[in-house]
Amino acid sequence: MTTEFKSISLSGRKKDVSNKDMTFMEKLYLPAIAKGMGITLRHFFKPKVTIQYPEVKREFSPVYRGRHILMRDENGAERCTACGLCALSCPAEAITMTSGERKKGEENLYREEKYASTYEINMLRCIFCGLCEEACPKEAIFLTQDMPPADYQREGFIYGKEKLVMKNEQ
Amino acid sequence: MDIALFIEKAAIILVVFGITMLIALYSTFGERIFASYFQDRLGPNRAGPGGILQPLADGVKMFTKEDFIPDTPNKFLFIFGPFLFMTTALVTSSVIPWGDTLNLFGRSIVLQAADINVAVLFVFGVVSIGVYGIMLGGWASNNKFSLLGAVRASSQMISYEVAMGLSIIAVLMLTGTLSLRSIVQQQHGFIDWSGSIPWFSWNVFKQPIAFMVFLICAFAETNRTPFDLPECESELVGGYHTEYSSMKLGFYLFAEYINMFISSALIAIIFFGGFNYPGMDWASGHIGGNVATLLGVGVMFAKTLFGIFFYMWVRWTVPRFRYDQLMNLGWKVLIPLSIANIVVTGAVILLTGK
Repeated sequence: MTTEFKSISLSGRKKDVSNKDMTFMEKLYLPAIAKGMGITLRHFFKPKVTIQYPEVKREFSPVYRGRHILMRDENGAERCTACGLCALSCPAEAITMTSGERKKGEENLYREEKYASTYEINMLRCIFCGLCEEACPKEAIFLTQDMPPADYQREGFIYGKEKLVMKNEQ
Repeated sequence: MDIALFIEKAAIILVVFGITMLIALYSTFGERIFASYFQDRLGPNRAGPGGILQPLADGVKMFTKEDFIPDTPNKFLFIFGPFLFMTTALVTSSVIPWGDTLNLFGRSIVLQAADINVAVLFVFGVVSIGVYGIMLGGWASNNKFSLLGAVRASSQMISYEVAMGLSIIAVLMLTGTLSLRSIVQQQHGFIDWSGSIPWFSWNVFKQPIAFMVFLICAFAETNRTPFDLPECESELVGGYHTEYSSMKLGFYLFAEYINMFISSALIAIIFFGGFNYPGMDWASGHIGGNVATLLGVGVMFAKTLFGIFFYMWVRWTVPRFRYDQLMNLGWKVLIPLSIANIVVTGAVILLTGK
């Protein structure tokens, strides 16, 4: 029975292990240790993989999904119209918003008649899937290359408009 | 005793003490840097330029930690343990010849704290006392794991001391002296032309088996990987110093580096010719005696520092032994090997008649 089982390999990658006696040179161990020390010495002179973080930063991939940003259009007006599609698409239910109506004289602030008066993303809930970015019909929300920084309080991770809306370049 | 000799010896002792401490201090830094280099990392490089102040930062950290003494009936022994371990580690450096004689102010100064004629015995004796440091520390901790660690450590050290002593006997049969200075002087230069066949004068070429056994035992004696079972940072409880904190723990760890330095120095002296280097006669004849001596001191320290580097190199190459493998290697391989080496050496001495 045992001999039948020996050749069965479900994965097709089974290796037959041999317990053959070691030769004299193998029993000495010293040649093997010398070989191993050669390998470690080679690593000693290899270029190091460490990235010295605060000075040097690792390049993210171009499709990296980091913290969100609410874009402005070319006139500096917010693109978001508070349609709520991002909140709907969000699998983690991290996005909440309330909508407001644009008053006279606010045309330079908001692009369309309806805008988000508050817009919050809970960064602790967010899984950075990028579905909000995909769902947005106005190209208002994007995921950027940087990470949300650490904080001491949970409240600090609920990002409001002051943190999310793109800074006005003026 | 004349006062100049006293000043001279005091100066040598102070310098040797300072150098020993400095090298041990920077060995801790070197260990971390070399470890990371062997693992393709960069290691500590933030404290000072290139991380040069890292040992100071470590020292300050050690000193400012809470000095906790567990509830033990042996508070004295608890404090005495690290003290003894540190003292024995430092005392050994007194008999090590760091260089040849210097001629200054009309005096010939021997670069050695004490040239005693039983230096090898002295070193072995002092090293054996070091076991008490570990044993007392583990026992006074009043903790069964510390005690087990201490027993593990001391049985390992005692077992390997046997093989170490036996391996050195074969060398002593050749040298015929126990004085470390005479042993170094017999290995004068690099190639010995006086015999019928010119051969290397360093003992490592005359007694390679004794050297291998001694080297392996030195690793076990200093509790370095692959024989670091007393500590086993990654798997077992800290061993004998589980209960220690602050500078008392620092003393244990620091003494390990001093031991490493001293044992590399011993290996350099007994097997690699100490302060001898190829072309030393030419140097003393052409450049000057004192310069040649100072070169010899430099060579001695270079050999010792390479020994320390070798310790670290092995540490990041060879995995740790299992305890039964450790005992097997010590009792069933190294001791018979060194006894056979003694017999063969004796036979050769008897046959060649020298």
